[in-house]
Amino acid sequence: MLEPQILWPALLNGLTMGAIYALIALGLTLVYGVLHIINFAHGSLLMLGLYAVFFLFKFWKVDPYVALLALVPGMFALGYALQRLVIGRGSHGKDENILLVTLGLSIIIENLALHFFGSETRQIETAYSSAMVNIAGASLTVPRVAASAGALTCCAILWLIMARTDLGRAIRAIAKERQGARLVGIDVEHIFAMSFGIGLACLGAAACFLLPAFYVSPQVGHTFVLVAFTVVVLGGMGSFVGSLVGGFAVGVVESFGGLMLGESLGQIGVFVIFIAVLLFRPSGLFGHKV
Amino acid sequence: MKQTRRIFIKHTAAAAGAMGFPLIGGAQPAPIKIGVLHPVTGALAFPGQQCREGTMLAIEEINARGGIKSMGGAKIQPVLGDAQSQPQVGAAEVEKMNEQGVTAIVGAYASAICLAHTQAAAKYNIPCIIDQGVAEQIVQRGLKNVFRFGPGYEKVVRAGINYLHIMNTVAGRPIRSAVLVHEESLFGTGTAQQIARDLPAMGYEVLETIKHANPTRDFNNIALRIKSRNPDVVIPSSYLNEYVLLLKTLKQQGVAPKAIYSIFGGGGSNPKVIKENPGDVDLVLDCNHWYNPKNPKSREVRARAEKKGLFFTHEVLMAYTVTMMLGDALERAKSSRREAVLDALQASTWSDHIMPYGPTKFVNGQNEGAQPLVTQYLKGDVKVVLPNNFAEAEAVFPARKG
Repeated sequence: MLEPQILWPALLNGLTMGAIYALIALGLTLVYGVLHIINFAHGSLLMLGLYAVFFLFKFWKVDPYVALLALVPGMFALGYALQRLVIGRGSHGKDENILLVTLGLSIIIENLALHFFGSETRQIETAYSSAMVNIAGASLTVPRVAASAGALTCCAILWLIMARTDLGRAIRAIAKERQGARLVGIDVEHIFAMSFGIGLACLGAAACFLLPAFYVSPQVGHTFVLVAFTVVVLGGMGSFVGSLVGGFAVGVVESFGGLMLGESLGQIGVFVIFIAVLLFRPSGLFGHKV
Repeated sequence: MKQTRRIFIKHTAAAAGAMGFPLIGGAQPAPIKIGVLHPVTGALAFPGQQCREGTMLAIEEINARGGIKSMGGAKIQPVLGDAQSQPQVGAAEVEKMNEQGVTAIVGAYASAICLAHTQAAAKYNIPCIIDQGVAEQIVQRGLKNVFRFGPGYEKVVRAGINYLHIMNTVAGRPIRSAVLVHEESLFGTGTAQQIARDLPAMGYEVLETIKHANPTRDFNNIALRIKSRNPDVVIPSSYLNEYVLLLKTLKQQGVAPKAIYSIFGGGGSNPKVIKENPGDVDLVLDCNHWYNPKNPKSREVRARAEKKGLFFTHEVLMAYTVTMMLGDALERAKSSRREAVLDALQASTWSDHIMPYGPTKFVNGQNEGAQPLVTQYLKGDVKVVLPNNFAEAEAVFPARKG
């Protein structure tokens, strides 16, 4: 079963799937790093992004990659508004409240989607959905390769923002010392909302890269959210490089786990990683000790 | 007691009231409450909602033609329940429905939910009409309140393999080996286990049986494994999303077996799937629940469903049909008491339906005449190809040279 002609494509499959996981996890890790909260609505917001891409394609024939131009700013604005108007206000300054607010948001978003969009699974058919690229004997779909490139680019852009801009410095300052940042004049609420917005912008990008190779239904968020949490825990909460490495690692482990243990049992590898990291290195591969 | 004039008038008025008011009220007898239990949210939301739509289609039809006539035209009132794609929630919904006084429950699509909800309903002797639920355990526990109108997986697998063998023999035996792909829950596992047992007995080699999770995000590795095994036929038994994703991935990875022949393929006979993915699923065969296309009533029901904007999938048609069967039982029971309905269902010989079954005959809760049909995606639609007495088109078999 484990001939090289299967192992090599399985490795590439794992890496490309991992890139998509990483892209989804980027937003999660940013929000955690700054706001110190786990955003339970992450999966539901990804689902909203996927529907946006789907409807743009269906009604206006907007190519999913062109839709990036609308989705990234659109999701950013949604994220900013959500944090400013709903999460920030609803939490009354307590982190545990934020957990509940995001959990509530996810339930509301999911059920609204079920009501307005229906429960059916929808897909889009683009000219390149089934197009293949041959990489040293392994066939990969064009959307997968594009998603990997997109994930790496997003990660690089985020790194640049964090390292080179005032916004990035402010975000890092708040992540490290919220009170201190406020004392030196940083508008903490604004930066919180910016972080949430950037996190959702990443989700918007992920939705554009994901839909040509996947499907959307009101429950689709659940398919990815647990894996995204695993990636964040593995990479280290709040670390972008960690997200990228974690995403690739989880993708490859899932791919080989599936190959060796069967696709059903193969998922076990992902959760073994989750538990092992929590037990032996709770801060993750690239995380800092709190 | 001395009969005074005043007492006489009082009693007469009471008697007149008791006799007279029901006559006025008789125009609107109390509605019969029927539990409609499906997984309308969660992972199985789409098939669950399809089932609910099918049930509602039948209830509307029964009510529109004057309700249950033997009960003075009593209308059926649906009591909707959501199993949230979880067996324990399905069982909890039964408790609520019992408190609301339902006469019977129609549901609950998934085998695992059916096992739980029928068990819970047995405590209250509520008749349960199973609309899908193909696991054999559902009718093997000796529960007197369970009635499954459609076939279970044992019968479908036997028929499915038999039909495959017939097509293969007619085509000169191009197919000798198979890979099975199935989802991990009760329905997929049970179906695949039986296929793996029965197929070798007919002279076919099962090269590998591949189980996958729900949901599976990526079928590339499975496609690669199938490619390395190079089977003549791939037999999938999965729910809709995974089924479509699997077939898409097979196409992308250039895996082109001589035939894809699913037994209970979640998307193998679904008008929506062929409409949206014509290139990926064309010529796929499926042995599944399907209506008798030779019955004019089938076209009429399908047209009515499509007019409502529904895709006429097997979930819709099965839920519709079992609810119509319940309507027939209520008509004969002449009562909304659960015991009377149980007796009427047990004695059911209903034949005015759109399925290829003949009159109903329940033995230990299973309708003996139930059988699947083989369909194929042909020219953008689902066409029955076997058995011959129901066929609308000739099967394209093998679909490819391989």
